[in-house]
Amino acid sequence: MLTNRPDTLKSRVHVAGVGVISAIGVSVNETLQAFQHYRSGIGPINFLNTAHQHSLPVGEVKLSNDQLEKKLGVKPNLTRTALLGIHAARQAVAHARVKISNWRSGLISATTVGGMDKTENFFSEFLQDTQRGNLHDVVNHECGKSTMLIADDLGIHGFLSTVNTACSSSVNAIMLGARLITQGMLDVVVAGGSDALTKFTLNGFNSLMILDGEPCRPFDATRNGLNLGEGAGFVVLVSDRVHEQESLDSLALVSGFANTNDAFHQTASSPDGRGPYSAMEQALKTSGLTTADIHYINLHGTGTLNNDLSEGTAVKRLFGEHLPALSSTKAFTGHTLGASGGIEAVFSVMSLMHQSVWPNLRFAEAMPELGIVPQKTVEQMSVKNVMSNSFGFGGNCSSIILSKA
Amino acid sequence: MEQLMADLKKQIIEALNLKHLKPEDIGDDQPLFVEGLGLDSIDALELIVLLQQKYKVKLANPQDGPTIFKSVKTMAEFIRANQPA
Amino acid sequence: MNFITASSAIREQRVFQNHHEIFRDTQLVLDDFLLATYQALAIDYPKFYKMDRSSQLGFLASEVLLRENIIQSYSHESVALVLANAHASLDTDLRFYESMKSAASPALFVYTLPNIVAGEISIRNRIKGENAFFVTPAFEPHTMSLYVDTVLEKPQTQACIAGWIDVLHGHYDVFLYLVEKEKRGLSLDHKPEELTTLYQQYYGTVDGRSEKTDH
Repeated sequence: MLTNRPDTLKSRVHVAGVGVISAIGVSVNETLQAFQHYRSGIGPINFLNTAHQHSLPVGEVKLSNDQLEKKLGVKPNLTRTALLGIHAARQAVAHARVKISNWRSGLISATTVGGMDKTENFFSEFLQDTQRGNLHDVVNHECGKSTMLIADDLGIHGFLSTVNTACSSSVNAIMLGARLITQGMLDVVVAGGSDALTKFTLNGFNSLMILDGEPCRPFDATRNGLNLGEGAGFVVLVSDRVHEQESLDSLALVSGFANTNDAFHQTASSPDGRGPYSAMEQALKTSGLTTADIHYINLHGTGTLNNDLSEGTAVKRLFGEHLPALSSTKAFTGHTLGASGGIEAVFSVMSLMHQSVWPNLRFAEAMPELGIVPQKTVEQMSVKNVMSNSFGFGGNCSSIILSKA
Repeated sequence: MEQLMADLKKQIIEALNLKHLKPEDIGDDQPLFVEGLGLDSIDALELIVLLQQKYKVKLANPQDGPTIFKSVKTMAEFIRANQPA
Repeated sequence: MNFITASSAIREQRVFQNHHEIFRDTQLVLDDFLLATYQALAIDYPKFYKMDRSSQLGFLASEVLLRENIIQSYSHESVALVLANAHASLDTDLRFYESMKSAASPALFVYTLPNIVAGEISIRNRIKGENAFFVTPAFEPHTMSLYVDTVLEKPQTQACIAGWIDVLHGHYDVFLYLVEKEKRGLSLDHKPEELTTLYQQYYGTVDGRSEKTDH
């Protein structure tokens, strides 16, 4: 049952640790280097065996499954989604230095792909001959299984949950984690998400004709679609009590968040960005901050004609003429689907840690309808509050605000 | 041309799951999108796939969709003009 | 305390509104049953035909749930939607995968995410509040009631449609309910015990899991 605590007794939510793996690095440090050197991870497909190998650039993690297995010392044949998730979640927990077993803990993980990378290989053989195909390839297919594999690795046996709301999945996982801590239901929550590149999603997005055959150009007038990416991003959320008792770092506070439905179309955003606007506006309300308090927006910014115009319209409507620094880091990593909210939450925390904002690569010309010029350089500045947006298919719009402790 | 349009109507109904319609319900010049049949952007993509699979005609730019898919007639004309020999 | 004020369910080719069966056709296979239900309810929404099974099931259950315009008095932003299932979008994933053999179908790909049904319900009823989708092995009354109560804590949120929409091949289980801050309609306390009873009343299974569902 909820305790319905009065606001004065509700715990704040501290981010005590972060972990990330993506096309630009296998750690927070490598990621920081990539940002500072403007080194994009978008390039030709290397590991995925697909007909589109030479025509569609992607943000692939630069390690094969074998290499990931060896690095992690896990049993063979785990799905790529699980491998990436375990990698990032372990990093986050190690970074936080929290003793999970001392506390009521939970893992909330998000994925859209689950074990599809292995399953689709099974299927191509199985469909030709039902005696073929390795069943080991399908045992880890379900989204919930990815969560369990990560939980087993971390030794978390308390609250487990899996979120799948398309591209906003992992930020929704972080929101749920924050709520459970605020309500005093849990003390420590590892929250985030993981998604691997698969033929399923590559072909699917290609059929929607929203992939760019070139490296993507978010928020640019000549943008022509997104590049798919893969990776995982996790944060360790702790309550005030855990933060004090274990003398943990407070890299950031989760100060506000909101989720809305655009209620317009299954996959396209409304032209005036009502859903995105509402999510950002409500996130501000819950945080008690004003638009002037936001120093950096990590945009959803996929690079599609539809999203960027819709999101840009919403941002302009909310922030007016005084836009904070804003950028889409998907020009570095590609669109990591279900993992994007988690990965970009980590990038937002990094922004607070290093008092820097990250650039929007390959930007040349503002969208004529809006005239928004994103951040072009890595810049050190006073960053106290960062807003991160994630908008998913199904009209699911989320916005989270992370603040300097 | 008549046969092509008749075939197209059947194929459109099947490809787009328009179970509530029969080929005779679709007029040759009837607008397919917005009003008329009320098709949307995803339907347009399915029609692009249909053109490619059944008629080997490629539509590289989805922005050209609205003109080509205006009606069954414009679709048929486009196919006639672009079908490989 | 919040209250469960209405419910609907679709099981074994039967459709229920609150405690009453309002339609059945046990002779039909699932896809035909869905069409028959759509026609029997006299709904005029051609987009229905394009939906996948999960969205058709969810759409129909929500039409029944909201039949008497019970959320009409709420603003669009104040109604939330919290759903869960066990099989995510696997039923459609498989069909999309099949289509990849000849040409990947964009219309199928659009439905290869479990939360698209939430999008369809939102579009139909102009629901713009918070929405969530969880993947759990079975319907979990404790987790669901905790989450829905949390969502309703927000002053802007006045009502929440919640439930379970699960389908894989011919097996499915759909259960939706409305939770409000005022006591009316079914007037059940929004507690895990009441939810469990409501969920099971159409079924009689012990842990809420259909014996027919393959996992």
